[in-house]
Amino acid sequence: MNQPISLTLAQKAGPKLTLGIGAVVLAILIILPLLHLLPADNSLQVSAYTLTLVGKILCYAIVALALDLVWGYAGLLSLGHGLFFALGGYAMGMYLMRESAGDGLPAFMVFLSWTELPWYWTGTQHFLWALCLVVLAPGLLALVFGFFAFRSRIKGVYFSIMTQALTFAGMLLFFRNETGFGGNNGFTNFRTILGFDITAQGTRTALFLAIVALLTCSLLLGWRLAKSKFGRVLTALRDAENRLMFCGYDPRGYKLFIWVLSAVLCGLAGALYVPLVGIINPSEMSPTNSIEAAVWVALGGRGSLIGPILGAGIVNGMKSWFTVAFPEYWLFALGALFIVVTLYLPKGVIGLLRKKGEQ
Amino acid sequence: MPTALLRLFPIFTLLLSLLAPHAQAGDAADFVAANPAKQATLLETWSAHPDAARLPLIEALQKGRLASDSNKAPFIQTDTGWQAAEGGDAQPASEPKKLPLNNRLRGLVGTAQASHQLLAKEPAVRLAAAQQLQKSAKPAQLQLLNARVASEDDDAVRDALSLALANLQLIDPDPAIRLAAVRLLGETGDPLARTRLETLLDPAVETDAGVRTAAETSLAQVKRRLLMGELLGQAFSGLSLGSILLLAALGLAITFGLLGVINMAHGEMLMLGAYSTYMVQILFQRFAPDALALYPLVALPVAFFVTAAIGMALERTVIRHLYGRPLETLLATWGISLILIQLVRVLFGAQNVEVANPAWLSGGVQVLPNLVLPYSRMVIIGFALFVVVLTWLLLNKTRLGLNVRAVTQNRNMAACCGVPTGRVDMLAFGLGSGIAGLGGVALSQIGNVGPDLGQSYIIDSFLVVVLGGVGQLAGSVMAAFGLGIANKILEPQIGAVLGKILILALIILFIQKRPQGLFALKGRVID
Amino acid sequence: MKRRPFLKATLAASTLLLSGLFPYTLQAAETIKVGILHSLSGTMAISETSLKDMALMTIDEINAKGGVLGKKLEPVVVDPASNWPLFAEKARQLLTQDKVAVTFGCWTSVSRKSVLPVYEELNGLLFYPVQYEGEEMSPNVFYTGAAPNQQAIPAVEYLMSEDGGAAKRFFLLGTDYVYPRTTNKILRSFLHSKGVADKDIEEVYTPFGHSDYQTIVANIKKFAAGGKTAVISTVNGDSNVPFYKELGNQGIEATETPVVAFSVGEEELRGIDTKPLVGQLAAWNYFQSVDNPTNKKFVDSWKAYAKAKNLPNYQTAVTNDPMEATYVGINMWAQAVNKAGTTDVDKVREAMAGQEFVSPDGYTMVMDKTNHHLHKPVMIGEVQDNGQFNVVWQTEGPVRAQPWSPYIPGNDKKPDYAVKSN
Repeated sequence: MNQPISLTLAQKAGPKLTLGIGAVVLAILIILPLLHLLPADNSLQVSAYTLTLVGKILCYAIVALALDLVWGYAGLLSLGHGLFFALGGYAMGMYLMRESAGDGLPAFMVFLSWTELPWYWTGTQHFLWALCLVVLAPGLLALVFGFFAFRSRIKGVYFSIMTQALTFAGMLLFFRNETGFGGNNGFTNFRTILGFDITAQGTRTALFLAIVALLTCSLLLGWRLAKSKFGRVLTALRDAENRLMFCGYDPRGYKLFIWVLSAVLCGLAGALYVPLVGIINPSEMSPTNSIEAAVWVALGGRGSLIGPILGAGIVNGMKSWFTVAFPEYWLFALGALFIVVTLYLPKGVIGLLRKKGEQ
Repeated sequence: MPTALLRLFPIFTLLLSLLAPHAQAGDAADFVAANPAKQATLLETWSAHPDAARLPLIEALQKGRLASDSNKAPFIQTDTGWQAAEGGDAQPASEPKKLPLNNRLRGLVGTAQASHQLLAKEPAVRLAAAQQLQKSAKPAQLQLLNARVASEDDDAVRDALSLALANLQLIDPDPAIRLAAVRLLGETGDPLARTRLETLLDPAVETDAGVRTAAETSLAQVKRRLLMGELLGQAFSGLSLGSILLLAALGLAITFGLLGVINMAHGEMLMLGAYSTYMVQILFQRFAPDALALYPLVALPVAFFVTAAIGMALERTVIRHLYGRPLETLLATWGISLILIQLVRVLFGAQNVEVANPAWLSGGVQVLPNLVLPYSRMVIIGFALFVVVLTWLLLNKTRLGLNVRAVTQNRNMAACCGVPTGRVDMLAFGLGSGIAGLGGVALSQIGNVGPDLGQSYIIDSFLVVVLGGVGQLAGSVMAAFGLGIANKILEPQIGAVLGKILILALIILFIQKRPQGLFALKGRVID
Repeated sequence: MKRRPFLKATLAASTLLLSGLFPYTLQAAETIKVGILHSLSGTMAISETSLKDMALMTIDEINAKGGVLGKKLEPVVVDPASNWPLFAEKARQLLTQDKVAVTFGCWTSVSRKSVLPVYEELNGLLFYPVQYEGEEMSPNVFYTGAAPNQQAIPAVEYLMSEDGGAAKRFFLLGTDYVYPRTTNKILRSFLHSKGVADKDIEEVYTPFGHSDYQTIVANIKKFAAGGKTAVISTVNGDSNVPFYKELGNQGIEATETPVVAFSVGEEELRGIDTKPLVGQLAAWNYFQSVDNPTNKKFVDSWKAYAKAKNLPNYQTAVTNDPMEATYVGINMWAQAVNKAGTTDVDKVREAMAGQEFVSPDGYTMVMDKTNHHLHKPVMIGEVQDNGQFNVVWQTEGPVRAQPWSPYIPGNDKKPDYAVKSN
């Protein structure tokens, strides 16, 4: 595990094949939303349902990728990535709420007797500031939390539990109606984004393409980082932090950088997720959701970048299918999947594929 | 034929009423015939003029046993059947229908019962009645109370009666009587006295300046007592919350703290413990209804062994293969927890199941007028300490405990010395699960028993273990009580939600300061 | 010759595969599909599972009578798993993939808010069976539960009456989400109009799943010392057990401080030992104990259904208000479809206005001509020791819903007919 499996895979299979598969997948992901633009009676038309479902899964894939960067490479298992995801989502949601409310207050504030917007809503009617918030809110929180956590060398399980406590606290905070984020209902009933109707085919297509672009960029970035010296240091940090320190490296900066980067990626994913699914509320911050994200990564294969994306796809695809096909029993299947994967596929799905490739 | 019958009907009923011995209008018949408003007036009159003969009727009302048949004749339900409320051995003309009472009438029945019990022979009954009247005496009872205070020979009962009387005397036209009443009320710690005294501070209500000053002094005394009760109450609820957290976390302190298994299915062990309690209760209801009150005691070993067995089975089949990969056990146990939750949901239904507190775990003891300590919570505090001591003994005084500690400290070395590490792992995991099961029994007595029970405790449990220091029993105890008390100090100030958020923030800060928890294992090993 | 079977087999296999992947794309024309959107897992399963079963029972009943428009109803059950975004996704799936004619579902307000844009966008039809906070009137939703004026306000009027204990002070306790918040806001304004001062109203909220009510019960006691107090509880289902246990253990009795709950029904009481609760109140539009032939039949058929389907704990099966609302909703929809002669949403919506149904609550329920809510009677029930309620008070007759409560400023300008929220 000294280098990412996907790299090994790529080297083994030859860059051409990997590039080929990647290009095909990318092409499908680009054509898919374009097919959505076809009129509804066309047999090739991709329905809004499929598009939002795939789009949602891709957003989760970005989260999985971001989590892989910190868990797979730096060995920091975060059980609180849902918080960063939701913060990005809330920042975008604020903009959408402002846009649908026009000059007035967002609807939920009106009937809960708010007379003016709280200070932290300032400027959210501007898309650009909302975008800044999408990056800044999760980024700054991660920076502050990471700075203190890494300074006092919290790691392993302690770190996981702390991140879990963090997202739990966040959930409780956003859940309060006085906090000014719509309480349990969160934000919903969006109308337009940048003036475009949010339910229009064109808007959905554009959103989907933006998600694909973000995923591709994050993957490329992850790849570059993993290949670089920085990535090597991270891996060393994961495997033997003390030895690395004795070699004269200060791990704090490395950890902090990858941690903040990961949080920001999550925030961006959340920002794209919200207009697509049309709701953001505190349940996104529930510890359960963050644990699930860890499950995607483990299922796909840690430290492989591609694996977590596969994992997110498999788990969520199964969830969508099972909840219709066996509504009462799907949790058994999901639970069994986690157990089987951890027992028999310690390196995740990607490990299985590699094994196949070697044979 | 029908017309003839109809014509005969009045005569028939007249005959019947002449024959029936209970037909003379007595209290019970009056009550049954009246509408709710009239019933209320009746009860108020009865409270002012108690009559020992009326007590059975009022007690029947209080227990909801008064009924009337189709002739509006009153009957009282006994354990064996029906008895005419007015005496005699008449049988109901039809299956009697119970008299519906609303809360207002029930309250008045309570007052009436208390004033009738003042006539009782036993001083204890009179005392309870007098205490009840301190809360609910009506102005119409002034005369009655005056008379009873004068004729009462038991000191305690007389004091209690004087207090009840004082409440009524606050509006007496004679300032001297008011003054005495105000002074007397200053001796209590009753929250009701506080409200009553507060109204006297207003010159529009109380015209006499002397009484107003006395009311002020008395009020200060009452407030001091009330504050005392409140503080004690807060301390108790902190301890109680702490003991619950401790019971929830103790099993995890072993599976996670000692074995290093991040057991996300820990909450489900609590849940299974609670469901075992439910099953035991059902079995008792079916096969030994007389001994039902004892079911929690039987549930303890049952829950322990059920959850321990499930825990050991899980260890053998799943967790065993994951030692040394702590973060992956998290995922596998998460899967286990999903399966267990859904399994229970399919078997027992998604709804909560009913686990009733036996009589000895319901209600509470009144320590101060504004402080009631519920029995269930006191028992749980004691039980938590008992489990801690038991666990400590097991870990420190038995061979198994020695082995567990050896494996925790150095697995390879222990194996070399002949410790059967596999077996020790299994037993320790079973022990941890079993203790979680015991926790589940306790939780079933104060909250919901449903498939999601465990989910609500899992985060708190991990926080307790991490805060206390992994592998440290004493740390977990300190952390649990610390969290409980801190929570209960903060809650009245800033509300339940912000309090919890603040606690989480404090924990995060605290861990920065002491990354290994309250009690860290000291060592020089570095990886 | 050998090729054909192979071809056939391949074809069959691929069809099977396809139908496995998209189980509902191949639909038979002789049924009408209806969606059932209730959480069967996650935190809300506790309340919603029984509604799913009730919906299935009602559909069976309708099918046994020959279905709708001569076609059988085919239920499509999905599990949104108490996950709000998943509600929206499943709603879209029901409407676009399964092409259901109508959906019965949702419990929490947030789930309804989450699916609302989907139903409005695709012009679907949703029947929502739970009492809620109002402030909504969508043309794509029929609300068969109570609006605040059909539950909360009559309950408080009762508490202030002589029989209800003539309460002077009110402790409003709720779980912190939009239904309690809005209800309490409406109640506060209503209490003001009745001359109750702010110092006599205390509003307290707890987080979801709150289980430690020691402090709150102590506060209720303290508050109640100031005069005749009633507690108005909008505590969410799961927190009720610890709340009531604490009340009982700390010696607060219904005769002194009654608690009236808006979210505690027969189903919730199944999980509670009701002996310490006797005399506590609940306000609903239906109780299982209501005595009339329609209700007897309704309760009996539910018990028989629970037994036949071997539902967990069928021995203690009970009916409650949201179940009745589900039952009424499905039957009314079926009548409306028969009247309209089609399942087309716009036609059915028209046919729903003024639709009548003899309901288990003992009245002929009427769907309002304009506001998409039922006219409902309001009943106050007292908890009995057998887990049932004894109705101690009820309104003269059905009450028309005011989803836009007049006690919330600005609502007087809202139209009294359904308009899309966008």
